[in-house]
Amino acid sequence: METLLVHADIVENSNLLLAVIIPLFGSLVVMTLRGNPNLREFVSSSASVLLFLMVLSFIPALKSGKTLVYPIFQLLPGLSITLRADGFSMIFALVASSLWIIAVFYSLGYMRAHDEPCQTRFNACFALAIFGAMGVAFSDNLLTLYLFYEIVSICTYPLVAHHQDEESYEGARKYIVYLTATAKFFLLPALIFIYVLSGTLDFPHNINTGIIPASSTEWVVIMLYVFCIFGFAKNGIMPFHHWLPGAMVAPTPVSALLHAVAVVKVGVFCTTRTMLYIFGVDLMDSLNLGIPTAYFVGFTIIAASMIALSKDNLKARLAYSTVSQLSYIILGVALLTPHAIEGGLIHIVNHAFAKITLFFCAGAIYIAAHKKCISEMSGLGRVMPFTFGAFAVASLSMIGAPPVAGFVSKWYLLIGSMEAHQVGILLILIASTVLNVGYFAPVTYKAFFGKPPEGEAVAGMKEAPLSMLIPLLIAATVSVIIGIYPNFMMQFVWMITG
Amino acid sequence: MELLLIKEGFPLLSFLIFLPLVGAVVLLFFHGQTFARLWALVVTGATAVSSIPLLTGFDSSSTKYQLAEAYLWIPRFHINYIVGVDGISILLVLLTTLIMPFCVLASWKYIQQRVAPFMFCLLVMETSMIGVFVALDFVLFYIFWEFMLIPMYLLIAVWGGPRKVYASIKFFLYTLAGSVLLLVAIIALYLRSGSFFIPEMMWQPYSLTFQVLVFLAFFLAFAIKVPMFPFHTWLPAAHVEAPTAGSVILASILLKMGTYGMLRFCLPITPDATFLLATPILWLSIAGIIYGGFTALAQQDMKKLIAYSSVGHMGFVTLGIFVLNIRGVEGAILQMINHGVTTGALFLLVGMIYERTHSRELALATGVGRYMPWFVTLLTFFSLSAFAFPGTNSFIGEFMVLAGTFQHNTALALAAIPGAVLAAAYMLRMLQKIVWGGTANPDQSYLTDLGVREVVVLTPFLVFVFWIGLGPQPFINLIHGSVHHLVEQLVNWQQNQQVASVLWH
Repeated sequence: METLLVHADIVENSNLLLAVIIPLFGSLVVMTLRGNPNLREFVSSSASVLLFLMVLSFIPALKSGKTLVYPIFQLLPGLSITLRADGFSMIFALVASSLWIIAVFYSLGYMRAHDEPCQTRFNACFALAIFGAMGVAFSDNLLTLYLFYEIVSICTYPLVAHHQDEESYEGARKYIVYLTATAKFFLLPALIFIYVLSGTLDFPHNINTGIIPASSTEWVVIMLYVFCIFGFAKNGIMPFHHWLPGAMVAPTPVSALLHAVAVVKVGVFCTTRTMLYIFGVDLMDSLNLGIPTAYFVGFTIIAASMIALSKDNLKARLAYSTVSQLSYIILGVALLTPHAIEGGLIHIVNHAFAKITLFFCAGAIYIAAHKKCISEMSGLGRVMPFTFGAFAVASLSMIGAPPVAGFVSKWYLLIGSMEAHQVGILLILIASTVLNVGYFAPVTYKAFFGKPPEGEAVAGMKEAPLSMLIPLLIAATVSVIIGIYPNFMMQFVWMITG
Repeated sequence: MELLLIKEGFPLLSFLIFLPLVGAVVLLFFHGQTFARLWALVVTGATAVSSIPLLTGFDSSSTKYQLAEAYLWIPRFHINYIVGVDGISILLVLLTTLIMPFCVLASWKYIQQRVAPFMFCLLVMETSMIGVFVALDFVLFYIFWEFMLIPMYLLIAVWGGPRKVYASIKFFLYTLAGSVLLLVAIIALYLRSGSFFIPEMMWQPYSLTFQVLVFLAFFLAFAIKVPMFPFHTWLPAAHVEAPTAGSVILASILLKMGTYGMLRFCLPITPDATFLLATPILWLSIAGIIYGGFTALAQQDMKKLIAYSSVGHMGFVTLGIFVLNIRGVEGAILQMINHGVTTGALFLLVGMIYERTHSRELALATGVGRYMPWFVTLLTFFSLSAFAFPGTNSFIGEFMVLAGTFQHNTALALAAIPGAVLAAAYMLRMLQKIVWGGTANPDQSYLTDLGVREVVVLTPFLVFVFWIGLGPQPFINLIHGSVHHLVEQLVNWQQNQQVASVLWH
């Protein structure tokens, strides 16, 4: 299995740089179009389409066994800003770029329907966040990863603080404090120490070897590992998850794309990339780092689900659900068996499509019915059948029921935990599934079968505007499609595990 | 004199030293405001342009002092006029010459009274600052070192803010106190070595007691200048009261003289004392980093905030120097340049706000982002640089310093990390307040965004932020030879001497 990737052809390809620059350039153009909203939205959407096409264009080369790289700046020996596209990058790049297209149209509808202020700034920062996410996806070493990780933190601050009231400033403050403090406190020393030990921060081209020299002291490696896990606080692992519920003060399109896809997936992507490509399966295995990690994030899975159960605010419930689901990905990778790693990584995709659908629905409900709390949504399903239908489909994906995408991840994760002989992990996964049912099923059930609150007529309400409804239906449909045909995305995962 | 690479022909270094002085003398005779501004710009500009050949004439593979000039001066006391540059000083000389034109530009509108004397002081400062960095004779060095005090004192005392008298006297007394001991040490060294030629004082078998005494005298003088915690209290006062150009000179160049002194004198002249005392100095640096960070976090005055951040940043420089390995020292030198670029620019930015609001209070500058988009864009970049955002100049400097520290001692490096976190905290706090503010911002609608002159002043700083941040190799190549040589000699010295460095280990 190693032979396939160790000898992979490494080809220089400047289109990688283009792929990262497209959203940046789009953002700069958007900034100049303050006075022309239609043109501005046109630029955003064309940039998103262009980016997606660019990412797609890398697929043939990757399929033929190549890895694309593009060095940009050489800082010190072994320390550079370099881009790379491999199977691992593609999982995240494809998700982020395709969902950006959907999100651009959705936010157009949301922002205009809600008559939000400062839409230019909003669009520009949105594109900048995608710029950061693309950089993370295509980074070839830990420094590049860290650079773009920090860019994402800084550029999303204006999005969280968008409403500029007390609540959003408070949420945004928490957001930036958690994210930058953990990165500086844990990641920076880890990064430098790893460089001192290894003389480089470049990812190898397989998941087994890592770059930490075998001669390193055991406790140092363990310390570095712990630092790397906590340093990427965007991954939502408890106890550094508080920023995520706090960030829900942002407009819903932000919550949808950033806090279900781009930002949190940046965290998880960075964590897993570091686990597999800096420490490597061999070292993690020999130091026995995997199973403790799996149990540690297992706690997050269960605890966050419990908290989600207690939340009546729909976005808050979704946020805690995100915290819980993100840990699935890390759990899978931490088990270190091929199937578990595959299950974990494919969950990046599956969770993204399902969770964005759920957030889109929450936004649509808010726009159409001005309701934020689940207890007020009884009976709404009858007037908003499409929205709640999509919600139901995405819920099924979260729960892991066939034929929706989430089933695929859960399948692989369950097999993986059995391969690793971890009954405890198996129980965690099952318990979490039950909890998922517990906090998602009532939403749909009440919407369709519940009675509207006394003295409130739902008759006058109707679905949200089409520019919101269509994106959320597309996202839900994609969830089903990748549930039925998982191989398109699985091929990239297989490139990683060989 | 085999340590010198004498430059034949045009005496470039002397030209750089004395050109501003000649310019200053001209200002004694012509007092027109416009003339003074233009003339100072022309002179500093000409000095900057003439300093470029330093780069082409410098051979980074040689460890000798280059472009050197040596003339007899007072032979009876072995005092000579000897100047030269090596990898340690060349970037600092360039930093000085390149930053001065921007100090003149930054004072264009800010200084409305006594313009000619102000420019006179700036030009005299430039002469003495370049002199300090290139002097290779200790008496010559000391003359430039002391000479600097008077114009700097005047810059604060005459053109400063409301508490200028207090600040300028404090500055003067602190620096003078350090210098007196420096003079004692110089004379003591002369009596032992029989020469004032700095390289000849290095690597001599002085007794340990003598070394420790000399080291402490040096250290006090330089630590005050840096300023290292706990000798820093003059700095916030001086920064707050100084006019923008004064703050920029202070932050960008004057502070570097302390760390330059440590590299040039402490390490090679008193190596045994250095080994003996490095550990407490390292922890003192950590204390400065943390203390500077916490104090900066609490400031309401923007200039004070940046002043305390300097204490923290310079702590990283001393940390890099005293870990005594190549990465650390190279990082320290790079960090000196970075701090000069970034903090200089931040002081310029605060000056631009001050010209508009006539206040340095952070609370009065909240929420200007809406009205000054260019200002806050530039502020964002420099703030990011100040807390070592990856891709900016400070990141690579801090990275190298911390890499050197990790090589030296893991606990020490981990102890410095909270300083990096604090840097992010206070810079982002300031940035958030200026750009966004809160729900009750003062009315800022009267503010005008940056003009062309202001953007032109800041652009070169921005270029260097990203140039050093993304392509530091050319800069490192310049300093590598000399640093390598210095550290190698230190290591050899330690192996051969093995003087009781057991005290602290």
